[in-house]
Amino acid sequence: MGSPSSSHSELLCSYVPVPDGPHSPAEPPRKVMKVFVIFCGMLVLLFILAFNGDHVTSTLTTTTNEQEFSPRTHTVPCSTLKPFSRGVSSGVSWKSSFNNDESYPWNNTMLSWQRTVFHFQPEKNWMNDPNGPLYYKGWYHFFYQYNPKGAVWGVIVWGHAVSRDLIHWLHLPLAMVADQWYDKNGVWTGSATILPDGQVIMLYTGSTNESVQVQNLAYPADPSDPLLVDWIKYPSNPVLFPPPGIGTMDFRDPTTAWLTSEGKWRISIGSKLNKTGIALVYDTNDFKTYERVEGLLHAVPGTGMWECIDFFPISIKGENGLDTSINGENVKHVVKVSLDDDRHDYYAVGTYDEKNVKFTPDDLKNDVGIGLRYDYGIFYASKTFYDQSKERRVLWGWIGESDSEYSDVAKGWASVQGIPRTVTLNKKTGSRLLQWPVAEVESLRLRSDEFENLKVKPGSVVPLEIETAAQLDIVAEFEIDNKALEMTSQFNREYECSTSGGAAERGALGPFGLLVLANEDLSEYTPTYFYVVKGSDGQLKTSFCSDQSRSSLATDVGKKIFGSFVPVLEDEKLSLRILVDHSVVESFAQGGRTCVTSRVYPTKAIYGAARLFLFNNATEATVTASVKVWQMNSAFIRPFNPNQRN
Amino acid sequence: MKTLSLIFCTLVMATISMPAGTNCRVIQQNKANLIEETCEQTPHRDLCIQYLSSDPRSTDADVTGLALIMVKVIKTKANKALDKIHQLLQESPEPGQKEALSSCADRYKAILEADVAVAIAALQKGNPKFAEDGANDAAIEATSCENSFSGKSPLTNENNAMHDVAATTGAIVRQLL
Repeated sequence: MGSPSSSHSELLCSYVPVPDGPHSPAEPPRKVMKVFVIFCGMLVLLFILAFNGDHVTSTLTTTTNEQEFSPRTHTVPCSTLKPFSRGVSSGVSWKSSFNNDESYPWNNTMLSWQRTVFHFQPEKNWMNDPNGPLYYKGWYHFFYQYNPKGAVWGVIVWGHAVSRDLIHWLHLPLAMVADQWYDKNGVWTGSATILPDGQVIMLYTGSTNESVQVQNLAYPADPSDPLLVDWIKYPSNPVLFPPPGIGTMDFRDPTTAWLTSEGKWRISIGSKLNKTGIALVYDTNDFKTYERVEGLLHAVPGTGMWECIDFFPISIKGENGLDTSINGENVKHVVKVSLDDDRHDYYAVGTYDEKNVKFTPDDLKNDVGIGLRYDYGIFYASKTFYDQSKERRVLWGWIGESDSEYSDVAKGWASVQGIPRTVTLNKKTGSRLLQWPVAEVESLRLRSDEFENLKVKPGSVVPLEIETAAQLDIVAEFEIDNKALEMTSQFNREYECSTSGGAAERGALGPFGLLVLANEDLSEYTPTYFYVVKGSDGQLKTSFCSDQSRSSLATDVGKKIFGSFVPVLEDEKLSLRILVDHSVVESFAQGGRTCVTSRVYPTKAIYGAARLFLFNNATEATVTASVKVWQMNSAFIRPFNPNQRN
Repeated sequence: MKTLSLIFCTLVMATISMPAGTNCRVIQQNKANLIEETCEQTPHRDLCIQYLSSDPRSTDADVTGLALIMVKVIKTKANKALDKIHQLLQESPEPGQKEALSSCADRYKAILEADVAVAIAALQKGNPKFAEDGANDAAIEATSCENSFSGKSPLTNENNAMHDVAATTGAIVRQLL
């Protein structure tokens, strides 16, 4: 126990100190004259400070460090604000017409369809980051950023749910609310550490009553309760304050701790220095007092604030996950960050030098924040945990909305979580991670329809007759006919999903794939597709994209095209998996080498009107497709009821 | 003792008034530059300078403060638009017009309840990305309102103004990220 570390006393020079709360002793009364003199003296000091301009505060602003002013060359992207008109595309049977001037009124039927049935979401209101996931005494625990007051972000608290299998969730009471001065403005993101003796430690960021970001310790009130319903906040919180030189609002999201070879626990917290994203490091023996480790675990210029840092080992040889403290031979490490600047999650695989507390990526050109992303769609603030019961590393990710706030308020909720994914190193390609929905999601599969070796000619759309099309697990393989591959004259084009014309832009060898959440007359559809380009050396380069541009007749929803390059090895067919769950679509290519999650808000392709199609909009290649489609059951996510069988 | 205190306080007063004469003007100049530098990186520079300069709080504000001033502008404009919408609804409009006006009312309410409220909270709590989302959404709501009229829209000026102010606000918030 004892008082917080030396970093506490250092903080006093970097910001106006947070009041101690109800513990400050009252000053004994003094003679009036002496008070007056001292008061005048303090006035002098105050005015001198004020006119030096360092700590000017106004009613509008909170105390912040000097905002480093560096000119940016881009402004708010207009493409997200004004929907653009698209004419009728070329290609056979595209019956879509898109009237830009019609604003589609939302009704309850359309809005209530959007709710998912097998993705985690609370019964109502706003959710964001996943927090402190862990496995304990037979239950998976999931906590999350939650606003109990509405369907928008606000004063955030910790929601809580449990599950036996990462799929069937039961809601529990809120784990922590904003009831202390040190988290009054928000009980923000944090991570769990399970000690070797089974103790559960939770570290989280609190936004204090003065909006300073501090780190706090919490632990279960009753460790014998497998549901971990009640939590205690450590009475001497906060345990960490922003250190000197770090912005008081740039210090959040502590990681799970890992053991050093000296037997100390080590954590990382993200921040920034000017425009350089950085990972601070702290050591502790008891999670109550910390020492700042000199230097930084890693930093990458130009990436901005690093939120939700995740740091974990990955096995080079095996298929299992590794406990966060593992190090040594056949182990690499992953640093993952969420970039405040662009709302994307980036990772890099590399080596962790424990002695020098340094992470070095395998590929500097694809360093953290400038290289690979977990997901090329809507997927942020993600966090992994080590599931010791099945020896796997599991990834949670926040999938936000891309509709208007008007809709979120009208439907009464916002955001879902991704289906938890196992994370492993892709042995065949080296420094890339593979993500795949946990096997337990397959327990939701109901009846299936199989379509084998369908030949899809250039410019065609093939309906797949399945029952309903809003809750699906789709697995498909594609082969481009060899003749087209060899004969195609078109080569060496640069293709990027996000700047392309989506599924309407025809190339020799693509796009082809599936149209999900499509209606019969194709006035609404969401293509998930491959686009293959032949290089000048004859090598094929494949992109995997999800195209929102025609997903809805509504004009106030996101219409972007997400996706990225996906490595395809010599002997491999093109393969994909898509989980469709009403307004969320998660797509995986080549076993999870490239993942794309999107939100889709159709106005017509809903309920019984939703359909599934195969399509091939290439100009030269015939594609042979084999598809298996399962109807997916609901996960019946509901409040925990002690009287029911759980 | 009394005389000493009196002399001391006179000295204090003198000390206070001295810097006021010299530093004040320098600070005004610095803040004016901040407004200009900030607005330079927005899509509507002159509009931005106009709104910010006309608010007395801008003289003491940092970039977060300037962003909050613009959010206040969004709030004011949204309230004005709502007033006009209610007025138009009272004038017994045709069915198509009535539906569009009701839809617009909902959109502007969303701007107030969702976008403005969240933007203020986000800026004050040091999580500016939610403020950027709010600003971007305000522009989308205004566009949706405009698009809901099949004929001529009686709110074109208000919607365009909201769109521009929202875009400006978003661009200022972006500088905090």
